[in-house]
Amino acid sequence: MNEAVQVTAAPARPAVKRAMKRATREELSAYAFLAPYLVLFTLFIVIPVGAAIGLSFTYFNTVQPPVFIGLQNYVNLLTQDSEFMMYVLPNTIKFALIVGPGGYILSFWLAWLLAQIPRRSRTVLALALYSPSMTAAVAMAVIWLTLFSGDSAGYLNALMLKLNLIREPIQWTQSPHYLMPVMIIVTLWNSMGVGFLAMLAGILNINKEMYEAGYMDGIKNRLQEVWYITIPSMKPQMLFGAVMAVVGTFQAGEIGVQLSGTNPTPQYSGQLMINHIADYGFIRYDMGYASAVSVVLLLIIYGVSKLAWRLFGDKD
Amino acid sequence: MASFHGNKINPSRYSLGQIKFFAFLIPLGLVMLLPIVFMFSQALKPIDELFLFPPTFLVRKPTLENLVRLLSLKDMTVIPVTKYLFNSIVVSAAVVALSLMTSAMTGYALSKKRFRLRKLLFEINTIALMFVPAAVTIPRYLVVEKLGLINTYWGHILPLLALPVGVFLVKQFVDQIPSELIEAAAIDGAKDYVVFARVVLPLIKPAMATVAILAFQTVWNNAETSSLYMSKETLKTFAFYMTTLSTTVGNNVAGQGVAAAAALIMFIPNLIIFILMQSKVMDTMAHSGLK
Repeated sequence: MNEAVQVTAAPARPAVKRAMKRATREELSAYAFLAPYLVLFTLFIVIPVGAAIGLSFTYFNTVQPPVFIGLQNYVNLLTQDSEFMMYVLPNTIKFALIVGPGGYILSFWLAWLLAQIPRRSRTVLALALYSPSMTAAVAMAVIWLTLFSGDSAGYLNALMLKLNLIREPIQWTQSPHYLMPVMIIVTLWNSMGVGFLAMLAGILNINKEMYEAGYMDGIKNRLQEVWYITIPSMKPQMLFGAVMAVVGTFQAGEIGVQLSGTNPTPQYSGQLMINHIADYGFIRYDMGYASAVSVVLLLIIYGVSKLAWRLFGDKD
Repeated sequence: MASFHGNKINPSRYSLGQIKFFAFLIPLGLVMLLPIVFMFSQALKPIDELFLFPPTFLVRKPTLENLVRLLSLKDMTVIPVTKYLFNSIVVSAAVVALSLMTSAMTGYALSKKRFRLRKLLFEINTIALMFVPAAVTIPRYLVVEKLGLINTYWGHILPLLALPVGVFLVKQFVDQIPSELIEAAAIDGAKDYVVFARVVLPLIKPAMATVAILAFQTVWNNAETSSLYMSKETLKTFAFYMTTLSTTVGNNVAGQGVAAAAALIMFIPNLIIFILMQSKVMDTMAHSGLK
């Protein structure tokens, strides 16, 4: 556009036209590359989120068309839904607070430890830590169910009975007492995923001169080194890891239903927001209400991720 | 500079000072692997070992019985297990191939093309990294239904192609390629898609490998598209079959071996693909940062 301002009158016109034509062609070719993804993205992400927001203001039982009821669903969620307030929300907060930051700190810490050893052994150990996250919850559920099986022939029960840690077998996945701890352990077990790999790569990529300079500036121990050099130098990976941790945490909710085999989980002990949505949407067919819960969940995820952005993002 | 520790990061050889890290990482790695070892062990146990009391963790006389039984199983509606497996393979191949195409094209355009909405679209995609499909299961179902994808293979495939993290990783990776390289090719008169195929694609192989792994993990492990969008049993995938196993396995000891064999089938392809491509993945992850 700058050229267009400088040149004057007739002879320049074709040049301007050509530049504009080139710009238009560039735009068109860009959209040619983008088109397939944009269509899919719109269909399966933008529209569903938009529709969830729209439906959340309606009563919709899937048989009759949705009826607009304003903020009623949200009001009910906050004032009427005692299961939500008594179990689902506290459970979600407890689960998310332990699994989210827990898994994240664990990922970073393990990545840092791995960066201290030579490449070959690092690759093997990283694979051991990452491989749990490759398996889907659906695949592992059968394994967990065998390990945590509730009678005295269950593997964990048999072991603990033998070691005299317990007197009688524990109903690990059916007891309201133990379901949540089992869910947390299982989820932490497979939380070393993409974010973990990103942070490992981030640590390995930090320029060694950064450390040298840091020690000249008076860093005294490795804890200071991590705090003043490692983390600030890999903020982008820290942030990516954080976003992956947040999403992973809120997505992991299905595990409770899979372990206990029921939705709602026994006495709502492992009920998370994801399960509450499925409960209302597909069991009680109150899709409007389920959508309102979805919107709240998406807002929570967005809010928490924004917090991570505050911590690690560029200040602009 | 006695206290300088920086060159201990990413060391090139072993030293005594690393013992403390190994002393911690090796036991932890083994603990993390326990459930996976158990899965292998359980899958290889003959029936009499499954019934042992007290139960044993490791298999004594390994056998492929469970795997053979699994593959010859038919479910209640007389559909052989191999049909579910076949569906999974077809759907996974399609999702991996198509998501490689869409992520590469999109990542390239977002990184190197100049157009007005570029920044905005990338930001929207970044926000979509936080997208949790399970939260909007219902409206997604409505979209799939409206598009007529219920009970078609496309119902498995298309929803999974919207993979923001794939696009994100490719875009970050393409950012590393100097624009001059692309402009030089364009000046030589190469067409747009030729530049993309001949210049860009060969340079972003590591990112492609990573997208392939992520897409494969997403689709291979996905049971929702089967349970929600497919009412015909013959169109459902192996991951869905796994979910039906987990409801029966709890009170059926004989089935535990078969279920473990199935879990093994779910796990092994992920493992092999990751091992083959791990160095490329780490290369991509080095550029994965969010700003």
